[in-house]
Amino acid sequence: MRIAEHPILEFKRENPHTFAFEGVEVEAFEGESLAAALWAKGVRGLRRVSWGVLGPFCMIGYCSGCLVEVDGRRTRACLEPSRPGLRVGRIGDYVPRLAAEQPGKAEELEVDVMVVGSGPAGLSAAIVSGESGLDVHVFERHFRPGGQLVKQTHKFFGSGELFGGLRGFQIAERLVSRAREVGVRIHTRAPVLGYFKEGFFAVSEGERLLLVKPRAVVVSTGAVERLLPFPGNYLPGVMGAGAAQTLMNEYGVKPGERAVVVGAGNVGLIVSYQLLQAGVRVLAVVEVMPEIGGWLVHAAKIRRLGVPILTRHTVVRAEGGEQLERVVVAAVDERMEPVPGTEKVFDADLLLLSVGLTPESRLLAQMGARMVWSPELGGYVPYRSEYMETSIPGVYVAGDASGIEEATTAILTGRVAGYSAAVRLLGPRRDLLEKREEALRLLREARRTPFSARVVRGLERVIVRVAQ
Amino acid sequence: MAPLRSLVCFCEGVTTEDVDRALEEGFRDLESLKRRLRVGMGPCQGRYCIPMLISYLSRRLGVPPERLAPPRVRPPLEPVPARLFLGVGDEG
Repeated sequence: MRIAEHPILEFKRENPHTFAFEGVEVEAFEGESLAAALWAKGVRGLRRVSWGVLGPFCMIGYCSGCLVEVDGRRTRACLEPSRPGLRVGRIGDYVPRLAAEQPGKAEELEVDVMVVGSGPAGLSAAIVSGESGLDVHVFERHFRPGGQLVKQTHKFFGSGELFGGLRGFQIAERLVSRAREVGVRIHTRAPVLGYFKEGFFAVSEGERLLLVKPRAVVVSTGAVERLLPFPGNYLPGVMGAGAAQTLMNEYGVKPGERAVVVGAGNVGLIVSYQLLQAGVRVLAVVEVMPEIGGWLVHAAKIRRLGVPILTRHTVVRAEGGEQLERVVVAAVDERMEPVPGTEKVFDADLLLLSVGLTPESRLLAQMGARMVWSPELGGYVPYRSEYMETSIPGVYVAGDASGIEEATTAILTGRVAGYSAAVRLLGPRRDLLEKREEALRLLREARRTPFSARVVRGLERVIVRVAQ
Repeated sequence: MAPLRSLVCFCEGVTTEDVDRALEEGFRDLESLKRRLRVGMGPCQGRYCIPMLISYLSRRLGVPPERLAPPRVRPPLEPVPARLFLGVGDEG
């Protein structure tokens, strides 16, 4: 179902058209993903296997829950923009087809700065290196740039320079247009496949392979949501909190009617409020810890609207056939084990997991950057200098790929990485060094909140100080 | 109603029971579990299953997560039609 009225968002629904899913007509609008249009139509389970039906989990092109066949190609429905007349179906037994056409010749592309990912970190890095006069190319897997900012609907704190007072999706629009203004080339639907020791990155763009040879690289690939193992965790209707944000905030599609949210950190609390704004009933928020992890103002906001927050509770199983029908939660003991006899059952068709994020740092690991496990930063992250350079000279990291934080710090680490790339290629110009110091100063300031204490502790173990 | 499967790996349909069985068979590290169960070898390339498996193993084996070395990351990082590579290296 599509959201008809929303208190703060207006959905442009332009150029209505249809595509076929398993022979049935599905209505869609320009700029919608196939996955969003299918969800709006009520199609939940996209993948059928011998023992059941699986649903999409991430909606940002990483999980396999929305794999479909589009005009004979296998693809993720969430990464595929809807176009009139597409023929979409569930994937069957895969029979590789003989390619009707030869792929285009691989093309070599030499660039000054290659930025991987077009979220707040990547675009900020691209903008500052572009402003310095460098030839900058951003590679984005999705069909629209902006990363996960496009689904952030809350107003940001901070000064005008850090887009204070704007909503996330508005910040994304500003960053994208500023990047284009300074000559940055943004390649969409262009996933980076890996680094090859011959010195190039393979990128798939359209029907050909690009071999990119950059003089400096910024890896700003973001993060993926964490999943929990419990019976029924694959049922259509169980998804990441971010996946629901994509559906309701980006596409104006109602993710469900009755929801249970797991995790009372800021993401869980904010997404619960956004569900209410989208007209979804929130039956409960469950949190395994004894205390609410997020800001209390967010918790108070949803409590006032009648949403119970159950601390020391966890999800024990999901039930349903073709899709989620019930969620069972239970109290936990001090070893975090469910206590028998304390189960509560909710008739829910949506179960959102907001149990943390993992840095998406796989490209750096594949390139051979030195990595380290940091619980404070969410998983494996690269060692880096305070100027965001990894153990590979000329390769920088920024944003959540360097450790889980939030959009403002992503913008700032992006700027630091972008200036560092510029310093490497243009020499230690005073203006660049000064601007980089200013970004570092703003970064230290942004990390003064109580929620940053843990991050700052984590950073102490992963930042390698280098003599300049 | 019997409880549904508890999946560790969505791409390859690997359950927590599969992991438990592999542990009993003596597979203890992520690299061998990957080879035994195909965890991390599907379209998500380990983005969901490996973090979940790290937490699960850490709890089951009583080993801190940093001691569980993640499997090696190899290209391609994303599913891609093999034919895209046909045009490479045949210029000469």
